[in-house]
Amino acid sequence: MTRYSIVSLARNALSHHEHWPRLWRSPEPKPAYDAVIIGAGGHGLATAYYLAKNHGVTSVAVLEKGWLGGGNTGRNTTIVRSNYLWDESAAIYEHSLKLWEGLSQELNYNVMLSQRGVLNLAHNLHDVREGKRRVYANQLNGVDAEWLTPDQVKAFCPILNTAPDARHPVLGSTLQRRAGVARHDAVAWGYARAADARGVDLIQNCEVTGFDIKSGRVEGVVTTRGTIKTSKIGCVVAGHSSVLAGLAGFRLPIQSHPLQAMVSEPIKPVLDCVVMSAAVHVYVSQSDKGELVLGAGIDGYNSYAQRGSFHVIEAQMGALKELFPIFSRLKMMRSWGGIVDVCPDASPIIGKTPIEGLYVNCGWGTGGFKAIPGSGFAFAHTIAKNEPHALNAPFSLDRFVSGALVDEHGAAAVAH
Amino acid sequence: MLLIACPYCGPRDEIEFRCGGEAHIARPKEPDAVTDEAWADYLFRRDNPKGVIAERWFHTYGCRRWFNVLRDTRTHAILKVYRMGAPRPDRGPS
Repeated sequence: MTRYSIVSLARNALSHHEHWPRLWRSPEPKPAYDAVIIGAGGHGLATAYYLAKNHGVTSVAVLEKGWLGGGNTGRNTTIVRSNYLWDESAAIYEHSLKLWEGLSQELNYNVMLSQRGVLNLAHNLHDVREGKRRVYANQLNGVDAEWLTPDQVKAFCPILNTAPDARHPVLGSTLQRRAGVARHDAVAWGYARAADARGVDLIQNCEVTGFDIKSGRVEGVVTTRGTIKTSKIGCVVAGHSSVLAGLAGFRLPIQSHPLQAMVSEPIKPVLDCVVMSAAVHVYVSQSDKGELVLGAGIDGYNSYAQRGSFHVIEAQMGALKELFPIFSRLKMMRSWGGIVDVCPDASPIIGKTPIEGLYVNCGWGTGGFKAIPGSGFAFAHTIAKNEPHALNAPFSLDRFVSGALVDEHGAAAVAH
Repeated sequence: MLLIACPYCGPRDEIEFRCGGEAHIARPKEPDAVTDEAWADYLFRRDNPKGVIAERWFHTYGCRRWFNVLRDTRTHAILKVYRMGAPRPDRGPS
């Protein structure tokens, strides 16, 4: 791996930047690996990287149906934060945020983490109580969190309409200053490059069509490019988790829904923080290119079509205009949908399955991007040791039998 | 946006409706007798098919009645609308 530095930049400038090496190899699949990860999105690539780095498991293949980072990793609104309510969630999301903070150095790849602060607005008395409760819970868990009064919100984000007679009055807001946004593609590419450098095979255009399971234990995976022998499979396929679980013969408590996002035409810098409002289903930030990046709530029906209904966007745009009157004449350039894997308690599933050697990492629903480093870290441990890390033990599949749910609908901040 | 043919009101915009999730999930007849596993099946586990799904819809801003829909989750095409209590039309009696 060519290490990126001022020296390599200068050296490549001499050859007009025409000879930069490729970020990763494109190997043919080998007949067997120690571990196979299905899905080359952020979570899958991070898992492969930490398997190689933390556990010395380098005979790893990451299989991807399409292209690397082309699913929800490339379709989200890139928000990174850790202000979740319960101890279990705070632990894994905060661990993830700490990994984010050192990620560009660790991967030698600029993931453009911008800790510009995330506001979660309160529009009614219930929002205020829930917001304060979450701030206090965060503080007890060592997660930075503040409660802002309406005047403080106005000072932090002057273009917000905080008038008392507004359609969606701002009665206060939580603020996590260490939260922010990151470059979505860079995270996938950075982990891919670093995993490849440690010997992980990244195999694109390779769809999994079945599992080789004998007496309740995985022996291999059947793909469009042949059968690959392995005793450990990590399944990290977001919206398609139920489909792959079906191939392995078990059911998940997951529903796949479209989640839509959009970007505006580029404008001059006007919004230097991230604003989220769960009550009216708006979350917005401004990218370095000047575009507003906006997200809506999920569509109510199940879908695998990577598109949603227009009225969801209409409701979101209406609320955006009420909150930010300055955006009223802004044109939207494009919108898209991703298929998110929604869990009943808005928390992920990371752990073992009824099949020995088959592990799942799914259920991140509307908010998986922020968790990529922590999720990969914990899932790699689970696969390598055949037992969950303390961080992901509470997020096992059998919590839906025991009833020990981790209800994060409030902190998830996207309408489910 | 979906155009949904309510069996009582005729075709209406999706914004008048609410999706109630997978249909034909029967509550266990003797709740005290079932295992935790069976409760998990009833409460949480779902088929979530990539293909034809049988799901419930509620005409919230219309007749306020429930009905069932067969829909393809790959294309959003509505294949069949049928009344609550009727068996799933694309499968034999189970």
